[in-house]
Amino acid sequence: MNAKNKKMLSDNMIWIILVVLVILMSIANPKFFSVANLTTLLTGESIKGVLAFGVCFAILTKGIDLSLGAVAALVGCVTGALVQPVDYASKILPNMGQIPGIVAIIIGIAMGAVIGFMIGWIIAYTKIPAFIATLGAQLICRAGAKIFTTRPVSNLSSSYRFLGSGKLFGVIPMIIVVFLIIFAAAAFLLTQTRFGKSLYAIGGNDQAARVAGINVEKNLILTYVWCSCMGALGGILLAGRAGSADPANSGLNYELDAIAAATVGGTSHAGGICKVSGVFCGILILGVINNGLVLMGVDDNMTNIIKGVIIIGAVVLDMRKNAKRA
Amino acid sequence: MSEKYVLEMHDIVKEFPGVKALKGVKLQVRPGTVHTLMGENGAGKSTLMKCLIGIQPVTSGKIIYKGQEVDFKNTQAALDAGISMIHQELSPVMERSVCDNVWLGREPKKGFIVDQKKMYDDCIELFKRIGLDLDPNEKMKNLTVAKMQMVEIVKAVSYDTSIVIMDEPTSALTETEVEDLFKIIDDLKAKGVAIIYISHKMDEIFRISDDISVYRDGEYIGMDRADNLTQDKVIQLMVGREITDMFPKQECKIGDEVLRVENLCAGRLVQNVSFNLRKGEILGFAGLVGAGRTETMETIFGMRTKTEGKIYKDGKEITVNSPSDAINNHIGLLTEDRRGNGIVGLLSVRENAVLANMNLKAYGIPLNHKKIRSDTQEYIDKIRVKTPTMETPIKNLSGGNQQKVLVGRWLLTDPDILIVDEPTIGIDVGAKSEIHTLISELAAQGKAIIVVSSELQEVMGVADRIVVMHEGVVSGVLDRSEFSQELIMKYATSHKEEAAQQ
Repeated sequence: MNAKNKKMLSDNMIWIILVVLVILMSIANPKFFSVANLTTLLTGESIKGVLAFGVCFAILTKGIDLSLGAVAALVGCVTGALVQPVDYASKILPNMGQIPGIVAIIIGIAMGAVIGFMIGWIIAYTKIPAFIATLGAQLICRAGAKIFTTRPVSNLSSSYRFLGSGKLFGVIPMIIVVFLIIFAAAAFLLTQTRFGKSLYAIGGNDQAARVAGINVEKNLILTYVWCSCMGALGGILLAGRAGSADPANSGLNYELDAIAAATVGGTSHAGGICKVSGVFCGILILGVINNGLVLMGVDDNMTNIIKGVIIIGAVVLDMRKNAKRA
Repeated sequence: MSEKYVLEMHDIVKEFPGVKALKGVKLQVRPGTVHTLMGENGAGKSTLMKCLIGIQPVTSGKIIYKGQEVDFKNTQAALDAGISMIHQELSPVMERSVCDNVWLGREPKKGFIVDQKKMYDDCIELFKRIGLDLDPNEKMKNLTVAKMQMVEIVKAVSYDTSIVIMDEPTSALTETEVEDLFKIIDDLKAKGVAIIYISHKMDEIFRISDDISVYRDGEYIGMDRADNLTQDKVIQLMVGREITDMFPKQECKIGDEVLRVENLCAGRLVQNVSFNLRKGEILGFAGLVGAGRTETMETIFGMRTKTEGKIYKDGKEITVNSPSDAINNHIGLLTEDRRGNGIVGLLSVRENAVLANMNLKAYGIPLNHKKIRSDTQEYIDKIRVKTPTMETPIKNLSGGNQQKVLVGRWLLTDPDILIVDEPTIGIDVGAKSEIHTLISELAAQGKAIIVVSSELQEVMGVADRIVVMHEGVVSGVLDRSEFSQELIMKYATSHKEEAAQQ
């Protein structure tokens, strides 16, 4: 095999793995490769996928975001409370009127932006590791959600639930459409804007970026704003899909699945390397494993062991690919 | 203020915690000229430039640019005002394309979208103008060091600037590329752009400089027209004394072969490297930055994986897969990056000194603290380390004394072969000559020594033979009688075959 083919192969390795997995799963259970099942698969992965398109920005800049699941819970609960019917007996905010779903969604995203701004500001200006800053933010947001409401927020208006459980033209689940739009938006931001180019430079060599006149702090803040907005959107989708938001359990550990997907998709934790298409593929790979193994009746613990092995294996392969070439 | 100078810096003071890097220095640059800053390593030239463009804030002083007092808070402000810099030590963003690197931070936009096509076209245009044959879409990490350097140069001159600062721009360039750079410099001068040039290469400096300012130990020594100066005069100003005692080489008996390296390969920068080393011999390794000298040494020492080749010690083949294998075979390596993989800053002189010896289990379990202390004291005395006590954190010592502690570390392992990579980098002149004396003494005691250095005078001063490398290949081996700067540079800048033809 010549060098060019080899490079092609290694660049597209994860897609090959995805195809192989799909074939294997289809052979193991013919039901796997049906429109109904694939729709279920995509619907199931959409929320974690949105979070993955968020967290991959942070990882690209050598950071991380551990707060996404908690942000999702907090935003889900708060926005959910805004769209409960006025006559609903166990309304969280009894004196609050019901506001239109779209307004609640915008408020939710804005909440995400504010949280992200604070996280980003702390990381950019105090220089504490993103791991610590977002770990703190996770605890605070989760506790915030539990203080806001001790019981799940349910009976949400249908206009609010449209993103999470509605169907476009009555056929395509809206949640998949949102997922694909975020996919396109993330790809656009990273490849077509100065912001994206700056993130690659900051992650690859922050000193070079700074000397080239890039405002590193501003870009880091924007990174976490984007991240937390994806967390907020994830919370809205989650509440919309389930019909309720649970302060204690909504989005629990979702950030870890998102990080796993971004990592399997080739986003380098050493910074500077991230392909949105790769992250998309990573989400699908983990989705296929989840869904396929459930269809095969493999038990939950075994599924997690297999996922763990795949995540570690993906990073080992990636490290070897990007090993220092002397 | 006079318009005679485009830039004036007066009484610039820069203090780092515990060190005064600049002690009230001056610089006056005329437009449309090449102004060279000269001085030993650590004289403060790079620091002065970093203060100018806002990478580091000045402690006090006045900067007047185009008749107005300025104080750039960051490089963006300096770039906006028309001052760009080619950095000596900064590497580019390796994972991105050449094109992305050139336009980093100022990508042309169409509305919100980056105009990739314009970036590409402008890149081609720029490269054509200065005769650089490069694909803008190539990833930076696939380029040779020389090409990366050219990209940095292209980037710096592509800004609309009044001043371009070039910090050691030719350190990695081949001769033809240096010529290209000089052509660029002439074009810039004709446009009225001033160039602040930092270099150690005398012939270059006298070829292109209009004015020369000399600095020493953070102080301004003086400025004059290049025409009024000579090499000897400049060196004398830089060093502040005659340089004759810089390389006190001792005569010593050269004995049997202790090390033979055959066809060593490890990646692009180590290709079929072969050489031998004898007892009592000092073997110099010369070449440009990126020639593969450090990589060769790291491979011999087991820091890199060799893909092919054999290493013989005292006639027997040895297997070295890790530094600990090398140490067990009595090979020591004083690395080039003292702060990066030499000293452990927070630990004491004593702990640093015995670090490599721990590996040999010389101090038993539990540790024999008494022996550790007496060993450390012995070497502190023997190699004249200036330290208050052996419990002082090593980071509080000067660079020269840190380096001596590291030499002591390796001597404690009782090496037969000691490899020293850039042993005097960033060390002041006095300590430099002491290190040279030490190296020479060690050889006289029968150790075999390899000295890797980018300073030609250093290699020529201390070595018995010199191996010259170019892009991962040994391009020439010279005996002491053949030593000349011209010959070494010829080998260092061209492949074996080309060099032989010339």
